[in-house]
Amino acid sequence: MNAPLLELAHIGKQFGGLNALSEVSLHIKRGEIYGLIGPNGAGKTTLFNVITGLYRADAGEFRFAGLRYHHPQPHRLAQAGIARTFQNIRLFANLTALENVMIGRHIRTRSGVFGALLRDAATRAEERACAERARELLRYVGITRPAQTLAKHLSYGEQRRLEIARALATEPLLLALDEPAAGMNATETESLKMLLQDIRATGITVLLIEHDVKLIMGLCDRVAVLDYGRKIAEGVPDEVRGDPAVIAAYLGNDDE
Amino acid sequence: MKSGRFTKKNGLFVLQLGAVLLLPFITDALLGRGWVRIVDFAMLYIMLALGLNIVVGYAGLLDLGYIAFFAVGAYCFALTGSPHLALAFPQLFPAGLHLSFWQVVPLSALLAGGFGVLLGAPTLRLRGDYLAIVTLGFGEIIRIFLNNLNAPINLTNGPQGISLIDPIAVAGVSLNAGEEILGITFPSVHLYFYLFLAFTALVIFVSHRLEKSRIGRAWMAIREDEIAATAMGINTRNLKLLAFAMGAMFGGVSGTLFAGFQGFVSPESFSLMESVMVLCMVVLGGMGNIRGVILGGVLLALLPEILRHGIVPLQQALFGRTVIDPEGLRMLLFGTALIAVMLYRPAGLWPSRVRRSELEADEPESTI
Ligand SMILES: Nc1ncnc2c1ncn2[C@@H]1O[C@H](COP(=O)(O)OP(=O)(O)O)[C@@H](O)[C@H]1O
Ligand SMILES: [Mg+2]
Repeated sequence: MNAPLLELAHIGKQFGGLNALSEVSLHIKRGEIYGLIGPNGAGKTTLFNVITGLYRADAGEFRFAGLRYHHPQPHRLAQAGIARTFQNIRLFANLTALENVMIGRHIRTRSGVFGALLRDAATRAEERACAERARELLRYVGITRPAQTLAKHLSYGEQRRLEIARALATEPLLLALDEPAAGMNATETESLKMLLQDIRATGITVLLIEHDVKLIMGLCDRVAVLDYGRKIAEGVPDEVRGDPAVIAAYLGNDDE
Repeated sequence: MKSGRFTKKNGLFVLQLGAVLLLPFITDALLGRGWVRIVDFAMLYIMLALGLNIVVGYAGLLDLGYIAFFAVGAYCFALTGSPHLALAFPQLFPAGLHLSFWQVVPLSALLAGGFGVLLGAPTLRLRGDYLAIVTLGFGEIIRIFLNNLNAPINLTNGPQGISLIDPIAVAGVSLNAGEEILGITFPSVHLYFYLFLAFTALVIFVSHRLEKSRIGRAWMAIREDEIAATAMGINTRNLKLLAFAMGAMFGGVSGTLFAGFQGFVSPESFSLMESVMVLCMVVLGGMGNIRGVILGGVLLALLPEILRHGIVPLQQALFGRTVIDPEGLRMLLFGTALIAVMLYRPAGLWPSRVRRSELEADEPESTI
């Protein structure tokens, strides 16, 4: 129980000559909200892509829930319990809100081709439970529109929350959110904050990339700062805020 | 009130079913026997289009070589249901193999499904145009093989094709001879119509069930956003292979029906143009929507025949000779129709769901 949920060791990732990540090591404890901040292009999204298997790290490895991963396949990591959202929303645009969340249940449901064709009692029960859970999750994240609304017809804030519902549907141990408040107004951000606190209260560990400093400071137990692919600071929010290296990174970035 | 509505709906269904069942007789009476044959072919196209719809419409994988699976199914029956094998292997099959149609159907479904996986496996990482080019190549390879596998062992009889394929028999009754049932005479084309109708119904049923299932949703997730689908834990490799295999099975079974119906197959029935035609049925009708795909299949299968039977006599009457040959006109109209649909109805004539869900979203129930 005390072992960290996610442990990165010396992760490196290059694009051509660019070191998007170098020697990044960090660990995230079970049940915490861990913030990842840093200027644009610091490598935050790249780190998400590595821990969700979309990119292969060039160096290092990570452990998740006690298992070691070197070059994992993305669907394996999802099954192991990492769910994510995307900085540039990636919903199934022409499917309904309900279907989007039901697709999140894919790895937690079983029925195959024969179940689909025969539609036996077990399959029907599974479908019903899956739809029911999906509706619950839509309500949980605060989407009040009809579940049959196409994802692309939802508002921006609703789309961000739908991505969270879809990720939650996979029953993750770790929920990784890539700038979930981007484009949200103050009220929406406030309700997002409450939602994330709720999610943490259910025992799900949260990894959060965010630019909204107020949100990070008010929400995170610990924060890591990336700059040019390196971790330059880590600690409780107040410590990190005062860190000279962090101030320099942000100020330096402003000058550009 | 509600029950009244339901009986009305049921009544409509019975009416539609009746019309479909009487279709060969109506067509025969109004247009002649030749048109019943045309309707039979239209049903084969509908089955093909529904099969391709699984690959293109549901899983979003552009396949330009789909007709190859039709060919696999057709040659499967041609080889196992005709005397031809006696030519290739006289010791082994002195009179040919002569499996019955019902034995060949599962065989060609499996064989075509296997070919589907074979094609799918190397294309898993390809998308869009690249996938289209590789699948196009695959379709052509199969056709060229069929054309050339008459030496050193005469397996396919080359460009001449294979003839004398056994007629399909249902419950011991050969469909190639007419049959009198309850005092009504059913000519051969009528009997094939009912057989094709049964298979089409099965294909529609399977498509519908798959569409509304966990597997169907996973396919659509891949179509909509493959990266998001993987991140949700969907094993895109397996599901793409499954889509290729299922689509190919439909194609294979249709091919077997085609071979039995014609009694003859040759490679020229499986040209690239046919793949394009089936793809157009799917795209024109409305990708991913079963009704739309059926509509596309009916329109595109009947259009050339209407032209052939309508335009030539019309020109003869007007000018005393044929000015434009119907084949050229077909391509012209076809291209124009396709461009018009892409411009004005990019989701197809009968698009899937989008409209319906938009209407539902406008219901008073919706807040905000
Ligand atoms: N697929 C890619 N190919 C090439 N360069 C990339 C790719 N993904 C990210 N990068 C580069 O890696 C660096 C880090 O990007 P990213 O992780 O998106 O930063 P952040 O999310 O912190 O803003 C940037 O310089 C970006 O241009
Ligand atoms: Mg980013």
